[in-house]
Amino acid sequence: MGAYVLRRLTQSIIVVIGVTLVSFLALQIGGDPTYLFVSERASLEEIEAARRALGFDRPLHVQYLSFVGDLVRGDFGQSLSYRQPAMAIVLEALPATIELTLFSMLMALSLAIPLGVLAAINRGTSWDGSVTTFAMLGQSIPNFWLGIMMILVFGLYLRWFPISGHVPFLTPLLAGDVAGAFGNLPRTLYHLVLPGLAVGTYSLARNTRLVRSSLLEVLEEDYVRTARSKGLPEKRVLFHHALRNAWLPVVTVIGLEFGFLLGGVVVVETVFSYPGIGRLLFAAINQRDIPLVQAGVVLLAGIFIVLNLVVDLLYVRLDPRMRLAGGRG
Amino acid sequence: MSRPADALLVAPRESGFRREVRRAARVMVDARWPVFAVIFLGLTALAAVFGPLLAPFDPNRQNLVLRLAEPMAAGPDGGVFWLGSDALGRDVLTRLLYGARISLTVGIAAISVGGTIGIVAGLLAGYFGGWVDDVVMRLGDIQLAFPFILLAIMFLVVLGSGVWNLVLVLGIGQWVTYARIVRADTLSLREKEFVEAARALGDSTPSIIFRTILPNILAPLTVIASFNVASVILSEAALSFLGLGVPPSVPTWGSMLAESRDTLVANTWWLAVFPGVAIMLTVLSFNILGDWLRDFLDPRLRERT
Repeated sequence: MGAYVLRRLTQSIIVVIGVTLVSFLALQIGGDPTYLFVSERASLEEIEAARRALGFDRPLHVQYLSFVGDLVRGDFGQSLSYRQPAMAIVLEALPATIELTLFSMLMALSLAIPLGVLAAINRGTSWDGSVTTFAMLGQSIPNFWLGIMMILVFGLYLRWFPISGHVPFLTPLLAGDVAGAFGNLPRTLYHLVLPGLAVGTYSLARNTRLVRSSLLEVLEEDYVRTARSKGLPEKRVLFHHALRNAWLPVVTVIGLEFGFLLGGVVVVETVFSYPGIGRLLFAAINQRDIPLVQAGVVLLAGIFIVLNLVVDLLYVRLDPRMRLAGGRG
Repeated sequence: MSRPADALLVAPRESGFRREVRRAARVMVDARWPVFAVIFLGLTALAAVFGPLLAPFDPNRQNLVLRLAEPMAAGPDGGVFWLGSDALGRDVLTRLLYGARISLTVGIAAISVGGTIGIVAGLLAGYFGGWVDDVVMRLGDIQLAFPFILLAIMFLVVLGSGVWNLVLVLGIGQWVTYARIVRADTLSLREKEFVEAARALGDSTPSIIFRTILPNILAPLTVIASFNVASVILSEAALSFLGLGVPPSVPTWGSMLAESRDTLVANTWWLAVFPGVAIMLTVLSFNILGDWLRDFLDPRLRERT
């Protein structure tokens, strides 16, 4: 197990280096990056001054090393539109994004498992048919459109849920105001319902299919037949023997799932004017505020990498086969 | 002239092409939905190709007097806004037809780019192994460790909008899937008798890789490609929605949805409903088609997609 952890850590470090290279090269790919930081009406002297100030006149490898140095210190430079350190702005929006991502994820998983089980144990019936049809649809609906439709129906027409805004929970919690945080919680969740559904539906659909097919496979295994022939009640076979193994593939994809969810969050936040990193990125994209875009993208990518690492290490603990074999290949 | 040993070069593929086609059709009709998917995609393709001929209006023709007209309302010159008009008085149906063009072009072009890169990389990695394999697979790991939409955002912000930038970025986003599958298949085929036979006949390495191995691993890739077109179309719509797709003068389903938000509180539902339905049905059709292809080709592929 130790060898696996070590290998997995090395892999993460290589990936982090790759991410820094990619984010660095992204700036260089369109030619001289200085033009991304100056206004279109800048004079030649101004451009030259900016190039020197930003360090784009240095050799590429020197630029890369100083980029990595800044990155380690969390310094992405000043946001062009806010005139404040880009990282500080992004960090301020982070708790809202984490709340939305976690909410979507919990919702997706807590619904996917019962739905997948329902479909698998009723294979071929109309239950199965409805669940698989729903899952197929869920994987085909653009999340931002789902958001717009829910705003139309549940927000503007039925007026059940708020169509924009956010009530902070993590921010007061982190500031030590526990009572305030939990006082906010009901309203936080109320505001998360529509955006959460919009973000999470794709994951819900995918995981439902995954749970269904993985449970169907496990139900064919010898040990399930053995358990049944021992005369164990079907419930016990299902929950004690089958499900335990059926949900391992789901755990594997949880890490990757965060990636999908983060991608969805970026777009859906814009639809709901939800004050997280996504909406910030949207504004930064439209104002071509490069430092802000970079800070947001690198922070989200960093979180994604760390989460994936954690999930993979947890997986080793969950699957006894891996503990013995020293990790998967 | 065919060499006697050429018979050996043919992998154990199933014989009887017509029988296969009949089986494909039967599986399709039995499943029912794939038939609708094919019909819908056919119509979308027609819209994409003949859009300008079918469209009742010019997609960018503004008409400020007739803006936000409801579906079926009278348009200019005795025409009808079948699906309503937008905030600038442009015909929604016309823009929808033009949007089909971008979605399908970008979807298929991006898959061609990503598929080509991935197939070549996977063939080389699987056939040569060693450091080639290591480099290709580690590059793939790095890319998958990065949420794709973030990567796309970063590159498109710097590169600027444009159909081909979009195709390039979305295509590069897909190569890893192909490379992994092709690599695994190449690894197992490399040792098979018909490849050995080609080697013994003195065929060059490129010929073995591209003429002997490649044709035998293409089938499962069509399944992946079908699912991939679906996800690329979703990504394209999302990026267009964020303002990172094609230039604003070109109508796309994603940018139509972005514009629909401005007047949503005025209950201009038709601006939001129709482009979304178009995206959903197109993506759904590709997904259904992928499912059908998978069931037809090899049910065991389920685990890999």
